[in-house]
Amino acid sequence: MNTVIETKNLTKQFGDFTAVDRISFSVKKGEIFGFLGANGAGKTTAMRMLCGLSKPTSGQGFVAGFDIARQTEAVKKSIGYMSQKFSLYEDLTVKENIRLFAGIYGVKEKTILPKMEETLSTLGLSNEKNSLVKALPLGWKQKLAFSVAIFHEPQIVFLDEPTGGVDPITRRHFWELIYEATERGITVFVTTHYMDEAEYCNRLSIMVDGRIDALDTPAHLRAQFRAETMDEVFRKLARKATRTEI
Amino acid sequence: MNTGKTAIVVSKLNKRFGNIQALNDVSFEIERGELFGLIGPDGAGKTTLFRILTSLLLADSGSAVVDGLDVVNDYRELRKHIGYMPGRFSLYPDLTVEENLHFFATLFNTTIQENYRLVEPIYRQIEPFKNRRAGKLSGGMKQKLALSCALIHKPSVLFLDEPTTGVDPVSRKEFWEMLRLLKSEGITIVVSTPYMDEATRCDRIALVQHGKILSIETPEQIVRQFPKKLYRTEMRNQLQLLKELRENPAVESVFMFGEYLHVTFTDDTLAPYHSNPDRPSPVFTEIPPSIEDCFIHLMSKS
Amino acid sequence: MKQFLSFVQKEFYHIFRDVRSMLILLAMPIIQIILFGFAITTEVRNVQVAVLDFSKDISTQQIIHRLQESEYFTVSEISHPDEIDRIFKKGQANLVLVFGNHFHDNLLHTGEASLQMIADASEPNQASTLVNYATSILGLYRQELMREYQMPFQIRPEVRMLYNPQMKSAYYFVPGVMGLILMLICAMMTSIAIVREKETGTMEVLLASPIRPLYIILAKMVPYFTLSIVNLITILLLAVFVLKVPIAGNLVLLALLSLLFIIVALSLGLLISNIVDTQVAAILVSGMGLMMPTMILSGMVFPIESMPPVLQGLSTVLPARWYIAAVKKLMVQGVDGVFVIKEFVLLAFMAAVLLAVSLRKFKIRLQ
Repeated sequence: MNTVIETKNLTKQFGDFTAVDRISFSVKKGEIFGFLGANGAGKTTAMRMLCGLSKPTSGQGFVAGFDIARQTEAVKKSIGYMSQKFSLYEDLTVKENIRLFAGIYGVKEKTILPKMEETLSTLGLSNEKNSLVKALPLGWKQKLAFSVAIFHEPQIVFLDEPTGGVDPITRRHFWELIYEATERGITVFVTTHYMDEAEYCNRLSIMVDGRIDALDTPAHLRAQFRAETMDEVFRKLARKATRTEI
Repeated sequence: MNTGKTAIVVSKLNKRFGNIQALNDVSFEIERGELFGLIGPDGAGKTTLFRILTSLLLADSGSAVVDGLDVVNDYRELRKHIGYMPGRFSLYPDLTVEENLHFFATLFNTTIQENYRLVEPIYRQIEPFKNRRAGKLSGGMKQKLALSCALIHKPSVLFLDEPTTGVDPVSRKEFWEMLRLLKSEGITIVVSTPYMDEATRCDRIALVQHGKILSIETPEQIVRQFPKKLYRTEMRNQLQLLKELRENPAVESVFMFGEYLHVTFTDDTLAPYHSNPDRPSPVFTEIPPSIEDCFIHLMSKS
Repeated sequence: MKQFLSFVQKEFYHIFRDVRSMLILLAMPIIQIILFGFAITTEVRNVQVAVLDFSKDISTQQIIHRLQESEYFTVSEISHPDEIDRIFKKGQANLVLVFGNHFHDNLLHTGEASLQMIADASEPNQASTLVNYATSILGLYRQELMREYQMPFQIRPEVRMLYNPQMKSAYYFVPGVMGLILMLICAMMTSIAIVREKETGTMEVLLASPIRPLYIILAKMVPYFTLSIVNLITILLLAVFVLKVPIAGNLVLLALLSLLFIIVALSLGLLISNIVDTQVAAILVSGMGLMMPTMILSGMVFPIESMPPVLQGLSTVLPARWYIAAVKKLMVQGVDGVFVIKEFVLLAFMAAVLLAVSLRKFKIRLQ
């Protein structure tokens, strides 16, 4: 199976308000898929549906082959999730966090320990495994959070603005981790409104007023909109938005 | 009030929180009417610096003078002349847009009418929603309201701590245009951001990391001071090429920039090359460095 | 001044717009009064009393009639001693009165008559209350009899309930509820209101503005001050008109006393807001540090005299203890001002110290 996310006319309405308006797209295995949009364009609502947290009003969606409306438990088991706001428990140690999330996702007890050692040494955190997470620098925290999100080898990992505020070198280390994960076959679905992050993606979709208005590789999008940067592409598209921002 | 040319003088500021040296011997001067950027990641010490300059924190050592007023001794007078927009949303979500603005106006002993001309270009955009509660505004709108509130008393110095974090690119661009407008009114603006691409919009920028200032220059000058030739090459094969270049002794630094790699070589007199006989050598194109390239360079040097 | 008024207005907006919390605050005294007054009560009402009357003469009939008439008892008669055990076990009676033979004759001729009261003491408090009630009814009857026959009948030792002849519990809990509510509104709500500004970051903007910190504090206090006055009036009105607790003493003194206590509670709230940084912590500290001791140690629920000495000592530092004691004196006993000087002085002292400390500790900067 090569397609890991597929949606057909996926729609979510809140009363009269159509937050997500018939979006259709598919994401291939091992792809880094960027999900862009202005504040209030419907990104969060769409991602909640894909994670099985919110039932679509109409349309269909499949994640890892499971129906997001009916097989939410199976969907949740095959994905990982990380956001800038919440990902790790600050008052637990590095080791305790890994054990906790490994346990939640049902990783087998005997594989936890060797895999934890491996993860910690890749991150250079072996000496810090008994430190509280809150004592770590922000960049390390985010790298650790990502490693925890893919610890159970999910088919897809959802990243919600993962690297806000991180210094440029650490940010690049973070993206190296993401590339390594995709080489192992993990698909990465990332929402962001920072364009430098968008440039790292294989393909990008840009949401405007609840619809997907553009979907292609960064280079093609730049060519299509005759723009120098993704920032420009984004602004040209967002200008068309009619939905009042509030 | 100070009528001199200098708006802010900071000398040898130090501040420590437990084990963390938040500010390490920071000194700089900001001209009156300048749009000054503090660029650096979270935890670089930007917020601490803002809090000291707005008299909200006491430094361990060193001194700071804002608008001719010492931030420690003259804090009462100082607080009348500065506008401050902290990093997180700092308005009252249960008050309406208009009530928030009105409240901040009276807080500074003024009225909306008195300085309406100054905030008008910004406030006009949110005025249609003036009876809406501030908590129900979108990110971009909240930010405009917060800026209006920080401006309503016509401060001579405006401090904006990461005003564009979490705001979409369209609103961010609009925001910077508003700052330009305020600058033309003669207001000194100190603004921080973790995003390098915003640096070019400032008159001068300070690159900050671990409580230290790495460099203070105009954006053009910072770019000009990049000591190497910078090349870019397409990163076709995901991580493979990056790893190869990193191992290569001729390569001084290599960093990902979207679908490209930015590379500098130890010896700029030689043409860029690649020594993997199994594959055709990648194409290196010389490019002008960005602020982000400079920041990375300065960071890895320090 | 305009700064200050606008700040106060803003604080009222915060309160009025959080409708749910406001309703809770306004309804709380009403709910507490109703709970204490009607549900949680130590009073007895319509208790089953069984009478075994061997005399069946005019005196016993009159006594039974009085018992029946009182709102406390519902009387039934039994005819044989064997039944006593049975009705207790079945729970058909909590108290049994047994009149001996020739009750009326004995009373008239020897001046003494015997009567046995058997109470179900598995609930000792209720049992003694029942016995007390019955005894006082008997006492009243005897007094009437004396007046009627102009003869000195033997008056047995009877329990007289000072100030609260019918042992109405309202007399005790109304002052307690006043202390508790004022503490809650002033201390807890004020500390939450200040800490909320820290938590949302608005305190940073306020401190960076020219407004004087004292104004910030006072502006925070005004709305809760007002709210607690409203609550105070609610409680007093309910007490007087619903629970029929009279205000025996001087109303002005009572108001002054309450104002003093409100200031103490406001300062405590301010002090708490200086120590903690989150609203949750403010609720915990004021809940555990103020509400609990006020409930348990101030004499509101448990009498201070029966506490171990350590807790008695501890209760002396509680403002609520002195407030409740003084309110009891003023409201229930109707004493003169001179009898509450001690409480006034103590509360004034506490107010001065707390206000001074918390104003000094209020930070003009962060950290």
